[in-house]
Amino acid sequence: MSDKQIIDRLTNAFTDVASDGLHSRLAALAERQGLLDVSYRTVDSPLGLLLLAATGEGLVRVAFNCEDHDAVLAGLANDISPRILRTPRRLDEAAHQLDEYFAGKRRAFNVPVDLRLAHGFRRSVLEHLRRIPYGVTQSYAAVARAAGNPSAVRAAASACSHNPIPLVVPCHRVVRSDGTTGEYLGGPEAKRALLAMEAAAA
Amino acid sequence: MTVSALMTRTRDAVLPPFEEIVAEHGPVVKRVCRALLGPADAADAWSETFLSALEAYPKLRPGSRIRAWLVTIAHRKAIDQRRGTARRPQPAGDLPEIPAADAASAGESSMDDDLRAALDALPPKQRGAVIYRYLADLSYAEVGELLESSATAARRSAADGIASLREQFSKGAKR
Repeated sequence: MSDKQIIDRLTNAFTDVASDGLHSRLAALAERQGLLDVSYRTVDSPLGLLLLAATGEGLVRVAFNCEDHDAVLAGLANDISPRILRTPRRLDEAAHQLDEYFAGKRRAFNVPVDLRLAHGFRRSVLEHLRRIPYGVTQSYAAVARAAGNPSAVRAAASACSHNPIPLVVPCHRVVRSDGTTGEYLGGPEAKRALLAMEAAAA
Repeated sequence: MTVSALMTRTRDAVLPPFEEIVAEHGPVVKRVCRALLGPADAADAWSETFLSALEAYPKLRPGSRIRAWLVTIAHRKAIDQRRGTARRPQPAGDLPEIPAADAASAGESSMDDDLRAALDALPPKQRGAVIYRYLADLSYAEVGELLESSATAARRSAADGIASLREQFSKGAKR
């Protein structure tokens, strides 16, 4: 028997490719010991695969497929913490409510959100957006006014287009004064589809 | 280079999400844990290794040799377990159980048992050198550091260990 055969035999004997629940156990231990700063999962939707990420405080990011989920996660590692694990459990409720929303069975989201990725005026805008009801649209000018700075229409539009928690914080309900839809993180077609869906169900 | 030398207090560094570390290095660490310990203890050692790594991770200097870092932690966890000073697994509570299949599958393979017995019979430095060089694919320099000796000594230990295993298996085959 050659050295190589011995080494191959060792490698084969101790290599176990079976999926065995070790990862979910690690995630549960990490969460229990307060070492899990960001958990994430993906969820299928009519708008494509969505990435959901949460801190201990709540949903912190919803990302469309077109945003490149790996890049989004790398951004979260940099902006929040690299202690990030794929852990469906913390996000089951948000995923479930999104399913219901896309099925037309839910009009408001009832999950905690963490707005830490938005600061200052942008954050005020997001807090206002959460109060725009299902099926209702508002202009960027009205949003700027409601967020406390009537002249900051462009900044309000920018806050909407950089909303870290689209869908749950409904930036898609903000449209241009001329009635056209305006920018959207998930693309203008996604925004039009959401508005049409809500208008039909409202 | 010690584990503490890999650490830095700076936070401006960009580290990938820890999930990537688990995905990339999880299988190697598992192989090392299984070679160092039995299958049931290996599962605990794997979890403990990644839990410790997760705790220290934000202070890790980017560009560090992640695999060597993880294997060093696993090495220490295995020593703790062998001494019986390891933190006992916490009460199951709401933790997912490790499926029995994992423990059972290892028992099925008598080759696995033979190899572990042969590995366990090696002097500690040879055993460590074989596992860390060939199952973890660390460099001899890294193995030397881990075993608190030199690259040269690690190379010799690995060669001696493999020679000894070869001899034992040749004998075993004749029986």
